[in-house]
Amino acid sequence: MTLQAQATEDRLEAWEPVIGLEIHLQLATKTKMFCRCRLEFGAAPNTHVCPVCLAHPGVLPVPNRRAVDYAIMIGLALNCEIAERTTFSRKNYFYADSPKAYQISQYEDPICGPGYLDVPDGEGGSFRVGITRAHMEEDAAKLVHAGSSGRIADSSHSFVDFNRVGTPLVEVVTDPDIRTPEQAKRFLTLLKNTIETIAVSDCNMEEGSLRCDANISIRPRGATELGTKTELKNMNSFRFIERGIHAELARQVDLVERGQEVEQETLHYDPTTGAIRSLRSKELAHDYRYFPEPDLVPIEVTPEHIERVRADMAELPLARMARFEEAYGLSTYDAEVLNLSSDTADFYETTVALTTDADHKLVANWTMGELLALQKEGVVVTPEALAGVVDLVATKKISGAVGKEVLGRVAREGGDPAEIVEREGLAQVSDEGALRSVIEGLLDANPKQVEQYKGGKESLVGFFVGGVMKAMQGKADPGAAKALIVELLEAR
Amino acid sequence: MSGALADGELLALTGRGAAAMIAACDVSPAELADAYLDRIEHDPDETNAFLHVDREATRASAELAGTLDASVPTRGVPLAVKDLLSTKDMPTTCGSRILEGFRPVYDATAVALAREAGLVNLGKANMDEFAMGSSNETSAYGVVRNPWDPTKVPGGSSGGSAAAVAGGLAPWALGSDTGGSIRQPAALCGIVGMKPTYGVVSRYGLVAFASSLDQIGPMTKDVEDCATLLGVIASPDARDTTCVGPREAVSLDKRDRLDGVRLGLPRQFMAEGIDPDVKAVIESNLRCAIELGAAIVDVDLPHAEYALAAYYLIAPAEASANLARFDGVRYGLRVDADSLGEMYDATRAKGFGLEVQRRIMIGTYALSSGYYDAYYGQAQRVRTLIARDFERVFEHCDLVIGPTSPTTAFGIGERMDDPLAMYASDICTIPVNLAALPGISIPSGLASGLPVGFQLIGPAFSENRILSAAWTLEQAFQFDPVPTRLRQEVQR
Repeated sequence: MTLQAQATEDRLEAWEPVIGLEIHLQLATKTKMFCRCRLEFGAAPNTHVCPVCLAHPGVLPVPNRRAVDYAIMIGLALNCEIAERTTFSRKNYFYADSPKAYQISQYEDPICGPGYLDVPDGEGGSFRVGITRAHMEEDAAKLVHAGSSGRIADSSHSFVDFNRVGTPLVEVVTDPDIRTPEQAKRFLTLLKNTIETIAVSDCNMEEGSLRCDANISIRPRGATELGTKTELKNMNSFRFIERGIHAELARQVDLVERGQEVEQETLHYDPTTGAIRSLRSKELAHDYRYFPEPDLVPIEVTPEHIERVRADMAELPLARMARFEEAYGLSTYDAEVLNLSSDTADFYETTVALTTDADHKLVANWTMGELLALQKEGVVVTPEALAGVVDLVATKKISGAVGKEVLGRVAREGGDPAEIVEREGLAQVSDEGALRSVIEGLLDANPKQVEQYKGGKESLVGFFVGGVMKAMQGKADPGAAKALIVELLEAR
Repeated sequence: MSGALADGELLALTGRGAAAMIAACDVSPAELADAYLDRIEHDPDETNAFLHVDREATRASAELAGTLDASVPTRGVPLAVKDLLSTKDMPTTCGSRILEGFRPVYDATAVALAREAGLVNLGKANMDEFAMGSSNETSAYGVVRNPWDPTKVPGGSSGGSAAAVAGGLAPWALGSDTGGSIRQPAALCGIVGMKPTYGVVSRYGLVAFASSLDQIGPMTKDVEDCATLLGVIASPDARDTTCVGPREAVSLDKRDRLDGVRLGLPRQFMAEGIDPDVKAVIESNLRCAIELGAAIVDVDLPHAEYALAAYYLIAPAEASANLARFDGVRYGLRVDADSLGEMYDATRAKGFGLEVQRRIMIGTYALSSGYYDAYYGQAQRVRTLIARDFERVFEHCDLVIGPTSPTTAFGIGERMDDPLAMYASDICTIPVNLAALPGISIPSGLASGLPVGFQLIGPAFSENRILSAAWTLEQAFQFDPVPTRLRQEVQR
């Protein structure tokens, strides 16, 4: 637990946080939501535009069918009821990033109704977060503010890039079921993994394809009534979301304990300073004047349509976790860690299929340990390389230590693990004669430690095992070495 | 002036008459267009029916039509186009300052279909600003004079289209009808005007006033032309999800009699508020229908009295969103100011006329938080009730009939200070839009020398039934569409 988390927790003894999240997902369709302009992140400004997305007079929207399917898929992945009939609404707001001066969204009949996600709590259990709804809408244009800071306050003028306007979005709204910042992060991690698994969004927070707002309030522990909530806007990483919620909870507890009231307002968290500042208060709140979008007929979703979409869906992380426990005999913890991202889970399964000797648990350990460590350094590991290495370890041809080294080399320089071991004589030594002479030498060189061992300090066996490994450049079979060390020590 | 065409000939020339002349090579498409443009240019009445004419663009359009296969039945016939239909070759201003000089980058679907059928864009017809008005007096570019009496209004909002056809400035025209904007000016100018079932003609490229009510339709000298022009523009469109096209191909079944046809006369359409002179003409029309074999059935539209109130909530509400995009940034008028916010304010204050501003305010209010249910929500419920009224009525009759407008053409300036009196002009037409039904107005007689319109309303997608009955009645009414005061011109 971080210091910040500990501090918040102490202060929250008397107060219960109530947190709900709103997540905007940009759908990874080829074209926009209501016109057929291509979507391409980073294209030259205003090159993917047409009369429809520029809101020229007289144009009409036509929904992107693929986007509708993706929205249904998200609903299915979140255990939502899928509406038989879904309608669009206009959300009116006048701003430079909104060429129609309204956003086509969904209000009365969202495509996805109530659902839930059961989120692993990291201790073998799980907590449930209700999904209120998930609905389709379109993204706004991108405003680029002139001036070095990129902030609107410091710039004399702004540019509007309409490439982004009309990008299909699905907004997922959760029930206020989240009780800690950590839970928020766990939920988001699973949500992201789920969405990546069904491949309907890139979920890239830096590019803005996943954006999250948090509604936060506190209430006395035991109370059932909700406190006044604030909305924390647009935090661009899960870490900042967790930190932002911590900071906002602390601010609310401060206010309430000083006898002041929390004001309903929209807030911005600055991750560099940790400061929270108000964007707009309720008095300035928008009246979006929602009404049914007359330019679009309702979309009827038949059971056959839903089944067609379901058939195209990849296995979801929670189902996959359960299967990992069942099929590979893994612990809940291992299954969870392997399924924190679908890439890791895919990697694991591919590697298992490629191995001939290693058991599933060993592959899991190497995937969770070495693979993730190397990936953190930016090194690309292939399932073939890992499978080759763990097979060598499993058959005791090489030690774990050598395995790590070989894996690193294969990843960085290429080549076949078995060949490298062969060529460089890295094979493990379990031959008693060779081990015996090294151990005898080692015991001779360390009489003090031998004496301490004799005096009852048995943990020094590890010291000698380490010495043998070092002397033999990691090639010793640690099991065989340990047995022989004990035998020779006892003999002295 | 083309030798083959005297002014008098143009006054009486129908669309199919013009097509026959072109087919017979009596006149080329370019010559015919030139003759109309000359007449528009030297119009002694200063009708002001057109906001934009462009001889070169029209000539180019005529030349293109000339290259079409001679079997295309409407090849080379000029067409006046209401100025809220987007045209690539001429500006599209919707009768508003805010779009002054705006030239669309695309053709509306109805315009594109007209071009494919060989029709020639003769010019953009004057109209009430953004179709908000019933007299053409809210146009930012001046009133239109009624060819029957230049001191009278032509009706609106398609006043320019109606006056052009009545005055022989165009053989036919496209209009749009949100609450009566085709039928009411057709009635006041003594021509035929039809509002199709909502969804028969694509709205793509029609600059939206009230999206759930707007429908493009033909304005012609007679019913046969009306069927022909409707056949050109009625088509499903992938760009408009609310457009399904006609249920059966448009065709005109010409019958001498109306034997067995039940005509429902709602008592609400002959109630107080209907001018006694108009009532007298309609009553003689009814006798005529009976002589043709039709049965007149008394029917009831109990909720029709709430139609006007519902309309003046729904239409402004939708307009408030539709017109929010005119912000001076991407197209149209921009009034420069010190800041972005001031530029928006100044542009919209100068760009929108008073009636448009009034409706934007009404609509914004009707949608605002806390008022939505009482206003917009309630109006939508009334709309449903009115649609049910019609469904019930059509169990007892084949068509509903009545006057199109409660009065004949009124004096220019007469109702401008009294919005409620102006709104009442559409009391017989608005229920049809609210119920999304097709309706036609045909000229049926004169009251104090001014034309009276007879309206026929049918169930959804019954355009062919309406056209057939209208044609039979038209033959019996023997109305001369050439304004009395201009008839000498024809004889000369």
